[in-house]
Amino acid sequence: MDGQTLTRGAISIRNVTKIYDPEGVNVMAVDDCSLEIPAGEVCMIVGPSGCGKTTLLNAIAGFHSITSGEIYLDGELLCGPNKPIAEQGADRMVVFQHGALFPWKTLIDNVAYGPIVQGVMTKAEARDKAEVMLAEAGLADMAKKYPGEVSSGMARRAEIVRALINDPKVLLLDEPYRAMDALTKSIMHESLLEVYDRTKVTIFFITHDLEEAIFLGDRVIVMTTRPARTKKILNVDIPRPRDFKVLSSERFRQLVEEAKDAVHEEAIKAFEAGERELA
Amino acid sequence: MSEADKTPNAPVERETKVDVRAPRKRSKLEKAISSKSFWRGVVALIGFVLLWEVCSRMEQWTGVEVPWIGKVPPPTEVLAAWTEIFWFAGYWESWYLSTGRVFAGFIAAMVLGIPFGLCLAVNRYFHDIFFPPFEVLRPIPPLAWVPASIVFWPTTELSIAFVTFLGAFFTIVINVLGGAKSIDIRFLRAAQSMGATQWDLFRKIILPGTLPSIFTGAAVGMGITWEVVLAGEMISGGGQQGGGGLGFFIWSSYMGGTVAQVIVGMISIGIAGYLSSSLIRYIGSISMPWRRLF
Amino acid sequence: MTEKIAMKQTSQAPTGLALTLYNWKARLKTPTPYLMALGIVLWIGTYYLFVEGWKLPRFNKLPGPVEVITEWLSENPAWGISLFTPQYYDHVIVSCRRIVIAFTIATGIGVPLGLFMGWSKTFRDYTFPILETIRPIPILAWVPLAILMFTGLETPVIYLATLASLFVTTLNTLLGVESIDSEYFRAANCLGSKPHHVFWHVVVPGALPFIFTGLQISIGVAWFSLVAAEMVSGEFGLGYMIVDSYMNVTYVTMVIGMLTLGFVGWFSSALVRIAGNRMMQWRIRALALEGR
Repeated sequence: MDGQTLTRGAISIRNVTKIYDPEGVNVMAVDDCSLEIPAGEVCMIVGPSGCGKTTLLNAIAGFHSITSGEIYLDGELLCGPNKPIAEQGADRMVVFQHGALFPWKTLIDNVAYGPIVQGVMTKAEARDKAEVMLAEAGLADMAKKYPGEVSSGMARRAEIVRALINDPKVLLLDEPYRAMDALTKSIMHESLLEVYDRTKVTIFFITHDLEEAIFLGDRVIVMTTRPARTKKILNVDIPRPRDFKVLSSERFRQLVEEAKDAVHEEAIKAFEAGERELA
Repeated sequence: MSEADKTPNAPVERETKVDVRAPRKRSKLEKAISSKSFWRGVVALIGFVLLWEVCSRMEQWTGVEVPWIGKVPPPTEVLAAWTEIFWFAGYWESWYLSTGRVFAGFIAAMVLGIPFGLCLAVNRYFHDIFFPPFEVLRPIPPLAWVPASIVFWPTTELSIAFVTFLGAFFTIVINVLGGAKSIDIRFLRAAQSMGATQWDLFRKIILPGTLPSIFTGAAVGMGITWEVVLAGEMISGGGQQGGGGLGFFIWSSYMGGTVAQVIVGMISIGIAGYLSSSLIRYIGSISMPWRRLF
Repeated sequence: MTEKIAMKQTSQAPTGLALTLYNWKARLKTPTPYLMALGIVLWIGTYYLFVEGWKLPRFNKLPGPVEVITEWLSENPAWGISLFTPQYYDHVIVSCRRIVIAFTIATGIGVPLGLFMGWSKTFRDYTFPILETIRPIPILAWVPLAILMFTGLETPVIYLATLASLFVTTLNTLLGVESIDSEYFRAANCLGSKPHHVFWHVVVPGALPFIFTGLQISIGVAWFSLVAAEMVSGEFGLGYMIVDSYMNVTYVTMVIGMLTLGFVGWFSSALVRIAGNRMMQWRIRALALEGR
């Protein structure tokens, strides 16, 4: 480890409410949600689709504004009463659900993009670093290819590398493995765990998959259906580093058992509401 | 830190300050008027007209002529000319004649083009035999057909109608072909697994699935039709048989030196073209109710 | 490991020339090319029969395929235009030159205009209404005004072709910018881009596919308008050649003109498409892997 103490990336969400108004109908996406995420924690947000979890992520990232409440990052205000929308920035890197690698750039150009436009490194430096980091992620041979030419697993990994090269305080992941088959997903999980063990970056991960959440996370927050509120919080005390053998362990099964009822209840509610899911 | 560890099991009792479910629909007009974009557009158009007026009048006022625009009559003159012509039956007759030609050629193109396009899409052999000649003829601009058409058809009216038809035909067929081919094959398979016959497939899946492309093709084809009708009217010129119409109106105004009237004609055609495209779009939205969601 | 296998497969996917040749070989095994040949033969055959074989009433005024081909290929053409006469190429070159000028100007103005309109809502709010008001006016309706505004014969003709092209290019570019998934913008902002970075690294490449579709349409439209303008008021050029031969009742030349137009139009469109493919390597390779 590089001796970095876990003081970066603490998120404090206080009484955040988000109401928005598509086509004249008020929709409350998040209702008075409060959450404290200490630095270096892997915080998993679980809930039925469209319940508003993405809204929270968007608020932290600065894509949407919040109607009331405050969000702090390491003690600094991200958004609040006088500043409804946070600025977007490289300290909170996002990995998107459908993958947002620029299709017109090669993997290595994608990864090198961040440092270059921020002016933090020169083009040559950025490309070198990108090459190294891609190799670390097992993507050395793909570096000169375009996202359209590689498998989705590779692309998603490259996207994470693209996020990490900027040394962010927080990694925001919005159901990044949703569209993958279970086999690829398990490889992605191991890859993410390996990345976390190396960098100890705070991770805010949204998923609908309870087992994924427990496998990866330090804490699992179960959210209600729209409007989103915290329903149940689970502390995952399985020691790190973890590998796929954890999935068959006793403790894992117990945790799944604990959370299952809560999740299932919300799933039924969401289904019966039958509303079209919010983005 | 402690707050987050609470696990609220019952929903927190609060007064909701905002009624979460009350819809607040605003009419389209309300939305338009309250939007910034709308007013900016108005400002832009007014600015454009003003600029035009100033540039055209520049010579009159200062003796310095603005290049190109200086030769164009100013909007005020155009408006004056229009109020004059408004009362002439001949002007409205030109509208009627041109519109009639456009729709005649257009409907012919649709009647022949849609089935042809659908056949091309549906039947492999038909496509392989008839598509090549179609593709070879397509790049030839419709107007290039005019002289050949005049030679071939007995009357000028028919020859112009033919060229009009050609112009729209190619566009419509291409659009129909593209639309039919892009229908998700899963829809066809789903229908087949439910026991649909070939005819059912055609009527219930391929036809409605192609409708959007048919209307896109129609809208574009409409524009081409207007161009061709115009060309025909301008070239064939004069009088009764195969004459008249807005194209002729423009050309004779030009010949007669009443330039303001030329512009009146131009704007009239613009309006006519816009109205006909809107008509198509309207018919399209009625026949495709499932698309109104967004 | 699994990665090595994945790598091997992707690096063997054919691209470019190899892919084209492979596609051709595969297609020769299907009935398609033979049916296509049949189609062309049927068409020319019918044309021949109607005009020269049976000499049907209206059709006998037109020149038949045999006449046209012999004329086109003869070294000493009866009506003065064939592949071997310099005048033919004069006309072709004049028209092509005009198209190049019109297309270049239209693209040079239209693409930046469209990009900017898509990029800045304010700019679009001011410019789009003006565009949409002028656009419905058919290009040909501009002919008298163009003759009045511009001196000489060359400029009005080029102006008309340029105008037609301009509308198509601008609109398609605008659509292209609007078609870019907003997640790319979010990703770019997240990565710390300044506005000009977003413009050059997201907006421009993202809109390229639509831009090139628009360019292909626009060159077709340019030809359409050019021919119209040449027919009405020109001295050289293919459109003029067609009208002139019509007036002189030398219909064979007229048909030669039409066929030449078709060919040149198709060729210029293909050039644009090829240029587009070269600029959008990422797309071609991705599509190739999908088997298209």
